[in-house]
Amino acid sequence: MKRYLLRVGILASVLAFAFVFQPAALAQDGGEDIPSVEEIVERANRVAYYQGKDGRADVQMRIVDSQGRERSRRFTILRRDKAPPEQRAEEAGADRYTGDQKFYVYFKGPADVRNTVFMVWKHVDEDTDDDRWLYLPALDLVKRIAASDKRSSFVGSHFFYEDVSGRNPELDEHELADVTENYFILNNTPKKPGQVEFSRYRMWIHRDTYLPVQTEYYDDQGEAYRRYTVENVSRLQDYLTVMRSRMEDLRSGGHTIIEYSDVEYDVGIPEDIFTERYLRNPPMNYIE
Amino acid sequence: MFKTLRKQQHRAAAAAIFFIILFASSMAAAQGPALPDGLGEKKQQDQETGPALPSGIDSGGEKQESSGPGLPSGLGEDQGVPEPGDDDSLAGVREPMKWRMPKSVKGYAEIRGGMRIHDDPVHDDASLAEARLQLSWDKRIAEYLPRGRFKATGDLIFDATVSDHDDADIEEGTGLFDLREFSVSFTPLDFVDIRAGRQILTWGTGNLVFLNDMFPKDYQSFFLGRDLEYLKAPSDAIRASFYTDIVNLEIIYTPRFDSDRFVDGSRLSFYDPASQTMRGEDNPMDVRLPDDWFGDDEIAMRVYRNMEGYELAAYGYQGFWKSPAGSDSVTGERIFPELSVLGASIRGTLGEGIANAEFAWYDSRDDREGDDPFVENSQWRFLAGYEQELVTNFTMGVQYYVEYMIDHDAYKDNLPAGFPARDRARQWLTLDLTQTLMAQDQLVLSLFTFYSLDENDFYLRPGVDYEFTDEWKFRAGANIFTGNRTDFFGRFEESSNVYAAVRYSF
Repeated sequence: MKRYLLRVGILASVLAFAFVFQPAALAQDGGEDIPSVEEIVERANRVAYYQGKDGRADVQMRIVDSQGRERSRRFTILRRDKAPPEQRAEEAGADRYTGDQKFYVYFKGPADVRNTVFMVWKHVDEDTDDDRWLYLPALDLVKRIAASDKRSSFVGSHFFYEDVSGRNPELDEHELADVTENYFILNNTPKKPGQVEFSRYRMWIHRDTYLPVQTEYYDDQGEAYRRYTVENVSRLQDYLTVMRSRMEDLRSGGHTIIEYSDVEYDVGIPEDIFTERYLRNPPMNYIE
Repeated sequence: MFKTLRKQQHRAAAAAIFFIILFASSMAAAQGPALPDGLGEKKQQDQETGPALPSGIDSGGEKQESSGPGLPSGLGEDQGVPEPGDDDSLAGVREPMKWRMPKSVKGYAEIRGGMRIHDDPVHDDASLAEARLQLSWDKRIAEYLPRGRFKATGDLIFDATVSDHDDADIEEGTGLFDLREFSVSFTPLDFVDIRAGRQILTWGTGNLVFLNDMFPKDYQSFFLGRDLEYLKAPSDAIRASFYTDIVNLEIIYTPRFDSDRFVDGSRLSFYDPASQTMRGEDNPMDVRLPDDWFGDDEIAMRVYRNMEGYELAAYGYQGFWKSPAGSDSVTGERIFPELSVLGASIRGTLGEGIANAEFAWYDSRDDREGDDPFVENSQWRFLAGYEQELVTNFTMGVQYYVEYMIDHDAYKDNLPAGFPARDRARQWLTLDLTQTLMAQDQLVLSLFTFYSLDENDFYLRPGVDYEFTDEWKFRAGANIFTGNRTDFFGRFEESSNVYAAVRYSF
């Protein structure tokens, strides 16, 4: 009964204040502050994609189709934030950077893609497409890839390019739909619906840590057809780290599980790792 | 200031909550437990969209019902944060025990067969019938050389269409063994990389069209329908790369000329306009290769830099035409005249796709005036291309390419009577279509088309790739040439073929 009243209270106050106040401080919940939607979105984005100045991880993907047939991808991913020093740590200890990043993905398996390298310069600016390169070692070929569709499969998995490198929060309108014991529940609608396959998506963001624990994508009929779930997390070097996550195709029944291992932050990966030099000569000291 | 504002808001919120709760409970008391419209709907929606708890996951709180997913392990309030090592769920991912090659040896086994689709007066119907085993060994040798790495890749080939397997030549890659790579790379200084030995080398911006890439190509493999990786033949060279903040410089020295593995008639027949005959197994081209160590050497250079995603490069080359580009007027042997190349390229994002442009000046040093009919004229070459993913999983690339003879008048004036004169320009359009299909991109349909604007001849490369599993792959495709027998592509018409291959990678 207490909980019911609390819920009614929260929702009613949300309704009441939507008309009166800017949604800066939404409501009170048992005496705790509820941050603004913007802050939730920003902090969730940071927890999901921007921890540490750089990082490396070994990734194992299991791709299971609707008939249970399994494929795998193994790669090492290196990441470096392209942060000018002044943007870093404006307030002591508070790293608020959510800007451009560079990714280097070195494939270790399956055998036919071994030693292939995929490199991305991610640009947060909406009008600038990401730069993407692929290095094919058998041909010694550095190939440039058109980056227009970020919502297509990443290496044949159920994850999209955008799930791996992060979707720009600026592309969506965000609304705090609910606050539960554990979660902030966000409803997100695309500003340009023609560019994406979903009509909206819902995120469950852990209140204490701002980790997005689940994301569901809905089609025009309001039917959920795609679901991302975090299944296991660890705290490494004081950064909350997803160790296993799952992306499900709710229509076909297929799914992909990603497991991370040997995750390290603030490794000190130099910026020139993300250049043609290291496409052709992989930096094995960061990879093995 | 914001704090006071927030406090005021909090106070107002508390007041509103109090008021609304009062209002709601009085309503409830008066009319029973029905909820106000808006709230009721909200709650219902919540139940519809609230996901069921994934199995095997501990929920962090007990009071979650329809309010969201269970917390993942590691996020629960009452549990200690697990160490990455003691996560038992990883056990399920471990691959089953099976026999394996030593970890650093990888490769594939493949069978590939091809058929000619026209009656070739010179060759059998079978164009390709080969079993291939590629083994590749990749070893870090950082303990001996800074950032050292050793790589060796070799192919064992049994080809049933070739009668004489003794004719092995490691340089030309004929015979039972083709050594693709045998190289050592290391970083003697922070800003210098060296790679020495047999290696595959590629640069430039074209898609299957090469202007400044003067490294050997294997057009025979390409036209026969071998895997695309065999378009590049290995070089025996030393590559030194220097990296600075302003530009990067690469110098590749090949002490003895490495020619293309060009179509000479031995595997694929074609009409040879120079001799005005069909070349085939029984009368392949007679060639004379420059083959003096350090005398007939090649040097290739590239200066490049990436400016905010735009790749700029300038190129230089001194060596020889890579495929026969002249003939000895006495012996009739085909020769590789001296050649220098200077060029430049740019590549970057344009609109929603990738644009590239490249030009090259081919200085045919043995025919500077252009009046030697037996040596290729000097040329300008230019390429412009654009590639874009038009709709999800469907990519289209177009290229325009032109080869322009610099001394065409001199060439025409000195052409012996009876020889058909070439046009001043040779222009191609290429169209590359790729469609990826099925949920996990297992099926790829592709079509690469070369079309000659001046001669109206075509070269079509349709292909189907299918992945059965991570290990087993299937490919079928065709090389179809149409046009007049004197045209650039048309002369290969009799060699048009279809092929299929199954590959097991390990």
